[in-house]
Amino acid sequence: MKALLGLLGLAGLLALVEALPYTGLVSADFLPPTHRIASALAGEVGDSGFWHALWDTFVAWAIGLAIAVGAGIVAGIVIGTVPGLRAITASTIEFLRPIPSVALIPLAVLMYGTEIQSTLMLVVYASFWQVLIQVLYGVQDVDPVADETARSYGLGLWARIRYVLWPTALPYVMTGVRLAAAVALVLAITAELVIGAPGLGSRIAVAQASNAVPDMYALVAVTGLLGVAINLGARRVERRLLRWHQSVRGEVVV
Amino acid sequence: MLLEVRGLRKVYQGKERQVEAIRDLTFGVDAGDLVCLVGPSGCGKTTLLKCVAGLLNPTSGDVLLDGRRVSGPPPGMAVVFQEYGRSLFPWMSVRDNVELPLRQKKLPRARRRSMVDDALSSVGLGDTHDAYPWQLSGGMQQRVAIARAVAYQPNVLLMDEPFAAVDAQTRADLEDLIRDLWHKLGVTILFVTHDIDEAVYLGQRVIVLSSSPTVVREDVDIDLPDARDQLHTRAGNRFTELRTHIYAQIQAAKRESTPGSTDAARDTHLAKQVLQ
Ligand SMILES: Nc1ncnc2c1ncn2[C@@H]1O[C@H](COP(=O)(O)OP(=O)(O)OP(=O)(O)O)[C@@H](O)[C@H]1O
Ligand SMILES: [Mg+2]
Repeated sequence: MKALLGLLGLAGLLALVEALPYTGLVSADFLPPTHRIASALAGEVGDSGFWHALWDTFVAWAIGLAIAVGAGIVAGIVIGTVPGLRAITASTIEFLRPIPSVALIPLAVLMYGTEIQSTLMLVVYASFWQVLIQVLYGVQDVDPVADETARSYGLGLWARIRYVLWPTALPYVMTGVRLAAAVALVLAITAELVIGAPGLGSRIAVAQASNAVPDMYALVAVTGLLGVAINLGARRVERRLLRWHQSVRGEVVV
Repeated sequence: MLLEVRGLRKVYQGKERQVEAIRDLTFGVDAGDLVCLVGPSGCGKTTLLKCVAGLLNPTSGDVLLDGRRVSGPPPGMAVVFQEYGRSLFPWMSVRDNVELPLRQKKLPRARRRSMVDDALSSVGLGDTHDAYPWQLSGGMQQRVAIARAVAYQPNVLLMDEPFAAVDAQTRADLEDLIRDLWHKLGVTILFVTHDIDEAVYLGQRVIVLSSSPTVVREDVDIDLPDARDQLHTRAGNRFTELRTHIYAQIQAAKRESTPGSTDAARDTHLAKQVLQ
């Protein structure tokens, strides 16, 4: 039922976009009707350049996210478990975190030009904080009784990280990854669009420059779909990994 | 003497106020003894157990195990925590919870498996291996925590009100189980309870603690025959005498505080509330 209503809404939007140019409210030059966008999309799908761009964006997103998640988890666990380190780093984190990634674009261009590394740098910077902050929350959430239990049974630091801290932090980590995945896509497209690094973003810029407006819309729609796919995938992974967790577990009869 | 507590004092240092949970405790436990600790609520029983387990550093005084000073969790010691629900890991099945400490002992897989099976069936939970702790009732969770300690085969077993959440019948069974295990394994047990009958039924000795700030009020020898059973032991004259004596001691402990306590007025007040 919910899915049906959602589809109905989407159909409404498509119909509206189809109708608007005919009403004269907006010019068809700026908002082409749906059927022209659709045929542009079909053209894109038939073009190998499109697939290359999609692949480039995906690679930049995936590598950037992987680096950010790895670094965020390791940094979060180290900061959270080494006594005193948290107090030392807190102000630095609060200062660095709000810096918008896009403010680093000039630096990225200076360092890497229009290569994929520029995109990666922005993606990693933006997503790293999302993960780090969540991991820090997670580490703080470790139940002292659970930790004492582990210590009393002779579990060393490494075993306690693996069997107590990590499972406790995992729900937070998953939230961080989900947020980071969304931010990473935004930054990947932004970097490509502004810097011209290879990918969907630069393809959108090219479409705009050559006045291929329907193609531009088609590519924008593709980035939207990519975002939806990423979010759905992240949620699915989350549900699988957190079967035992309160937010996921239902009543189960054993 | 296997376990020695000497002049133990513990003060919790808060931001504004400090709580003197334990003032001065001295007692010893011989290898293979089963000693029960009773005392009013809030008198520092859990604090004492955590000091013995090496989880808390005493403010002054020592805990000695086998003559060596305890400064961290000693090997071969198992603790059943009062907050049994929080001491089980919700992300692990019952089996994995019980098995984890054995894995740390690097025992082979088949051996671990049989130890887990034995421990779980000894507490009457033979068929819940694959459940998660949060799918069990409070009493069942408490029994899983006990099974985990039993499977570990410790030399010293510390138990903090381990039967608080189980019904009377199960409780009686578990009491007999503990005495059985104690006979079979020769483990040294320090058992905290607020139930005087339980302390007398289980222990060879009952240590009665005063109310906070805590000292040992009395160390009672339980001179009941070693073979105990729920019906006859509890019905005997000597049992009644002992429990009446300890009951009176605890009531007195609740009423009066150790002289010189800054918290004396508050404690007396609290003790009265507990009594009502
Ligand atoms: N982490 C802590 N920080 C500060 N004070 C504490 C802490 N833990 C316990 N206390 C205080 O120490 C005193 C003894 O507490 P403890 O938990 O050892 O009592 P207990 O004898 O186990 O009580 P109960 O029978 O209710 O379990 C109490 O006054 C309590 O408020
Ligand atoms: Mg307690």
